[in-house]
Amino acid sequence: MSIKVRYFASLKESIGRSEDNLESSGLATVGDVWHSANPNKALPDNILIAVNMEYVGLSNPVKDGDEVAFFPPVTGG
Amino acid sequence: MGIKICPEPFDPWQEIQEHQHSAKEMAGKFGATSIFIGTMRDFNEGDDVKGMALEHYPGMTEKQLEKIVAEAVRQWPVIDVLVVHRVGDILPNEPIVLVAVWTSHRGDAFDASRYIMEALKSRAPFWKKELLKSEAERWLVKNTDGYL
Repeated sequence: MSIKVRYFASLKESIGRSEDNLESSGLATVGDVWHSANPNKALPDNILIAVNMEYVGLSNPVKDGDEVAFFPPVTGG
Repeated sequence: MGIKICPEPFDPWQEIQEHQHSAKEMAGKFGATSIFIGTMRDFNEGDDVKGMALEHYPGMTEKQLEKIVAEAVRQWPVIDVLVVHRVGDILPNEPIVLVAVWTSHRGDAFDASRYIMEALKSRAPFWKKELLKSEAERWLVKNTDGYL
């Protein structure tokens, strides 16, 4: 399956890249996606998650073609 | 209903005027317009701030703003809404956000605009990075709760 992973703001800077394109089987949840893309890094506290631009939790399932985004608390307005 | 993401500086008063002028069907129908404008300060948390970079998640930002406006329309009898938000490099005294709500009566205009603004602050994917006068850069960590 193919998953596009995106990072924003301070998380993007700390990871050192803005996106990953995962081509992997066995990715069932958002948590699996994080660990596959960042094998040696725990998901930082307070990080928000979106699948296809809707907020979800870490246990949310993923499917082929999804866009999964990780980012810090939002600070607009 | 209008939602705009602006990479260049915008004039909120001109945006309101143009929106109201173009929405001819609401002429005579609205009795209240509530307007919130957020403007960049030159200070924050005790430091002098000389600029700000505002990042967003294109696509998700618009999607979340549309959801927030739809939630307000479900809760209050809203005639029209305009939301404009800057992105990119911003200088002190430049507008960051405009929320304008047109309703028949003032209570609904105040309540709906407050709801939209607070939901935007906690859910719309924008991130601010401040450039301090000292040349240091820092990401804002969290928005404060506007109801406290």
